[in-house]
Amino acid sequence: MKFLSDSALERLREGTEAPDLAGTRYRLLERIARGGMGVVYAAEDENLQRRVALKVLDVPGTDGDLANRLVREARVLAALEHPGIVPVHDVGTLADGRVFYTMKFVEGQRLDKYIVSVTSIPDRLRLFLRICDAVAFAHARGVLHRDLKPANIMVGPFGEVLVMDWGLAKILRSGDSKTTRAADPDATIFEKPKQSALSGDSTEVSVVTGHGTILGTPGYMSPEQARGDVELVDARSDIFSLGALLRFILTGNRERGSTPGAVRIDKSLSAICAKATAASPAERYPDVQEMALDISRYLDGLAVGAHKETLLEKAGRSYRRYRFFILLVAAYLAMRVLILLFLHR
Amino acid sequence: MRQDDFQPGGDRFPLTRRSVIEAARSIDAQERERALEVLCAAYWRPVYKYVRWRWNRPVEAAQDLTQGFFAELLERELLDRFDPNRSRLRTYLRVCVDSFVMNEDRAGRRQKRGGSIPHVALDFAAAEEELGATAIDPAKIASPESLEEFFEKEWVRSLFALAVGDLRKLCEQRERARTFRLFEAYDLEGNEKSSYEQLSKDYGISVTDVTNALSWARREFRKIALDRLRELCGSEEEFQREARAAFGWDAQ
Repeated sequence: MKFLSDSALERLREGTEAPDLAGTRYRLLERIARGGMGVVYAAEDENLQRRVALKVLDVPGTDGDLANRLVREARVLAALEHPGIVPVHDVGTLADGRVFYTMKFVEGQRLDKYIVSVTSIPDRLRLFLRICDAVAFAHARGVLHRDLKPANIMVGPFGEVLVMDWGLAKILRSGDSKTTRAADPDATIFEKPKQSALSGDSTEVSVVTGHGTILGTPGYMSPEQARGDVELVDARSDIFSLGALLRFILTGNRERGSTPGAVRIDKSLSAICAKATAASPAERYPDVQEMALDISRYLDGLAVGAHKETLLEKAGRSYRRYRFFILLVAAYLAMRVLILLFLHR
Repeated sequence: MRQDDFQPGGDRFPLTRRSVIEAARSIDAQERERALEVLCAAYWRPVYKYVRWRWNRPVEAAQDLTQGFFAELLERELLDRFDPNRSRLRTYLRVCVDSFVMNEDRAGRRQKRGGSIPHVALDFAAAEEELGATAIDPAKIASPESLEEFFEKEWVRSLFALAVGDLRKLCEQRERARTFRLFEAYDLEGNEKSSYEQLSKDYGISVTDVTNALSWARREFRKIALDRLRELCGSEEEFQREARAAFGWDAQ
């Protein structure tokens, strides 16, 4: 048996990592990123002569949990045709046995990098509303994202927002997109189609992993998700993540409360974040539209549902909203006073 | 897309071998023996080197202990007690080696063994030579992480070496001896001076032929190594975890 040096082991690892695209219409260009499930490469679709992103598992096989998750992710994306959700082009198995899918190659920046260049709060809020649009659309189709965080949001060169990485998405039963979903004692956080990744009905839910498997990202994951409390995971869990995301967009910090030197945000916006990230799902917004509506009301200078204003705050907000007219009237009155004074001199 | 495109097996990807864990629990004595052979072929080098390094045993004692360990594995049916839901086979075997060596010490036994593992050639001299060539950081000696790391690295080395051997045989069968030589020259023995251009000159073939041959060899190597690995795992989850560890996918 031949002795393999450490450097030979490294070369073998490097040499065998690239997927075998023989027999496909794709040509490998470069590695873009590595995730928990596999690797994302830039590839060229030689038939259509365009660049695509190719997500491929490390390990071959079509019946493992990861393979099922990848195929399911592709199918979730295929079912969600929306400008804010990255479109999927193809799914299949490579000659080396690895499951892959291709999607639109998104050129842009991750939200956490992009947000630094956006200094205006209203601009940041408008960007957040576009994220809400995509998530609300998915919820309407019975799909929960369950891993919303800045790293999973891409912003394109024209400011277009794309919600990425639907690998942890949960498909609710057909017509079960409401937050009042009946408790499913057998469900776990990670679910997949019953027969295999390839069975026809992708909305069917069944159990595949141990009860209470925790999937998500700390800080953006709702308490019920972090506890593995499957019965309570619904659209409001994504709303919790959106609340943490909003706080990050506004302050660069996802945590609740302020630290010395932290960016101070308006009380109304702070109240929206607090309501969205309430520990109890019942205290959060019932759906994404409600949350987006509060943001829109704030942008329009109206009172937000999450915050009960004092008289002084109400006066201040009214002043900010009607500042132009108030100043116009004040200027008119001042002119009248000056004219009257001049005439009576 | 056709549903068939996803089906494992067929001529696109070979059916996997049966897990040694299942085979070791078989009522068929031949099957059990075969499982031990497979296990021994993959693990005897890591076990021997581990006994030499971790337990600081002289060459002859380490040889006896290595053979004794695999004999005990069969006699005491230790694989029956392995639960893939609780640990990796690799970790389980390492812990078994530790307790075996400690028990042998306690009992003060030093019996000459040998011949109890049929059909597996234990080339201790070569293993000793390899151990001499292995870089060991003295600062890391005996820390629990370094023990696991050392055993894992030697296990990967052993797994890949077996896969390289299988690849050589495959190349011979398919009359692709030159492909194997290219693979050997570039991926196994290559240094900074190795290049596709140099190999194309050395072998009098085009650079494209070199890259095509290497691409085929790497693909087959990967397939063989993963197939062998699957055989050495008790569950799909363990296989996924071990494949990530062996190919360094977690570290990147």
